[in-house]
Amino acid sequence: MSTHQDHSLDSFGDAAASATRVTPGNALRPEDIALQTDRPTEDVAQYALRLGDDSLVLAQRLGHWISRGPEIEEDIALGNIALDLLGHARSFLTYAGHAWDKTEDDLAYWREEDEFRSAWIFEQPNGDFGVTIARQLVVSVFQRLLYSRLVNSTDATIAAISAKALKEVDYHRDHATQWTLRLGDGTEESHRRMQEALELMWPYVDELFDDDELTERIGAVGVLPSSLRAEFDAEIAAVLDEATLTLPAVPRASGGGRRGEHTEHLGYLLAEMQVLARKHPGATW
Amino acid sequence: MAAAALQPVPASAPMSDEDAAGQAYFDRIIAEDSRIEPTDWMPEAYRKTLMRQISQHAHSEIIGMQPEANWITRAPSLKRKSILMAKVQDEAGHGLYLYSAAETLGTPRDVLNQQLLDGKAKYSSIFNYPARSWADMGAIGWLVDGAAIANQVPLCRASYGPYGRAMVRICKEESFHQRQGFEILLELSHGTPEQKQMAQDAVNRFYAPALMMFGPPDDDSPNSKQSMAWNIKRFSNDELRQRFVGMIAEQVKVLGLTLPDPELRFDEETGKWIHMELDWQEFKDVIAGRGPCNAQRLARRREAHENGAWVREAARAYAEKQNNKRKAGAA
Repeated sequence: MSTHQDHSLDSFGDAAASATRVTPGNALRPEDIALQTDRPTEDVAQYALRLGDDSLVLAQRLGHWISRGPEIEEDIALGNIALDLLGHARSFLTYAGHAWDKTEDDLAYWREEDEFRSAWIFEQPNGDFGVTIARQLVVSVFQRLLYSRLVNSTDATIAAISAKALKEVDYHRDHATQWTLRLGDGTEESHRRMQEALELMWPYVDELFDDDELTERIGAVGVLPSSLRAEFDAEIAAVLDEATLTLPAVPRASGGGRRGEHTEHLGYLLAEMQVLARKHPGATW
Repeated sequence: MAAAALQPVPASAPMSDEDAAGQAYFDRIIAEDSRIEPTDWMPEAYRKTLMRQISQHAHSEIIGMQPEANWITRAPSLKRKSILMAKVQDEAGHGLYLYSAAETLGTPRDVLNQQLLDGKAKYSSIFNYPARSWADMGAIGWLVDGAAIANQVPLCRASYGPYGRAMVRICKEESFHQRQGFEILLELSHGTPEQKQMAQDAVNRFYAPALMMFGPPDDDSPNSKQSMAWNIKRFSNDELRQRFVGMIAEQVKVLGLTLPDPELRFDEETGKWIHMELDWQEFKDVIAGRGPCNAQRLARRREAHENGAWVREAARAYAEKQNNKRKAGAA
């Protein structure tokens, strides 16, 4: 009478797996970096600060989606991506902080808006799911190219953090690509929304590829952002083409995040993120 | 057999041979304390009871994400933010395992979800209380997840296989969450006077609602007896509640905090913990929808569902197009 099938939960796959699970890719933790004694130079620290701020600001944005996604699976997926990005941010900020005897939390909670070095796209509001996916597409394709170069950084810590991050952003890119295809080539409404989302996000693409004095000075510690552009364009064009979407032809926004000049959105984001920590100066949590 | 005695077959519906054989098999499995699987015959009332319990449990996980998600963007350190995000994400995962377990009983997830959105399904009343301060992340972990574990560890041996197995994994993660909650409170109670006050205030607010999570007193819990006869439930509400009180009565000392219960003591004679009378009218009110956050929690769920409708439609349409392409390619 009974067939006693195997209904073990392992057969449910990784989508439901806990993000807290330790994998070999998680080997390098911010706590490990905190224990390192080597101090980055001012330039290297400034570079790490940019990488950390990009990921921190986006993690803060994505964290808001948890419990608001279009499906429970997306609560988990966006939460996972936020968690990965927060992990990268913590590592880069911890490393940068070594130069100034500051912790990751000193840098995240006690800097003012104009001390953040993130590019503008990361602080753009979530919008609807399409806007979030458009932002994710740009960012994940960019970050994957970036980290695939930074694994060869002459700075061992940046190379190590990038190696871990690369595996994770590769999955982020897959997630964003799959959704771009579904929304672009789904229904009429989803196509329209996704195209609008791209138009909304595209003014902030160019800033990601701006070279400046710092990226030129640090040489092989980092990578010249402009050198990633051709591959980025080719990859994006292929995805948009398959998704039946059009590459937006909109003027770029001036940008200025790398100099601490931000859009109006960052102030609110930081106010929310920092409010509790700042109410209790000197407290530990 | 106890199960059969409690579930008399209505005289108007004589059992077919197949049903009689099914009932006999079911009774034997229960008597042997073994497991019923989805394809096995089971009494309709058993199926309904499980469906209600498992889907309520799944809804609780999903609604329960909200009070904690409320603090993700304001977590006071990056490490705590990371832990909290992972925790809320785990809860979404628990919701998924449980909806899957419920689906094995024959009702699809979208139907269960609709029952929640329509306000027809219940979820744990504790999530209708607001998470007002950061310390609530500690109190929810320590007390709410702690009570959930006390409830759920015996459910790992529930007679329905998919439910029991889901609970094994969930309990592992819940105990992790409880430790994290305890650690948050420990850090606060050893912090500044303001932090300690924040921790005490959170414990004060969550103590009674957490004790109510075990359900009404035994003499006012009509379904418990049948659930115990079916080996779904292993211990009575009051039994689990007093065990839990005993645990936290010890742990609160380590925290350097107090429980807001002047009557709390261990009774040497009965070997049981005694706690204060709980306000069961409040419990009933909150379940009936008159809690502080019932409307807010459901509105958020509906909003997420409605805002996501076009996304789910797009995914369906895309899948259909891909299928058609494949078929056209194969033809």
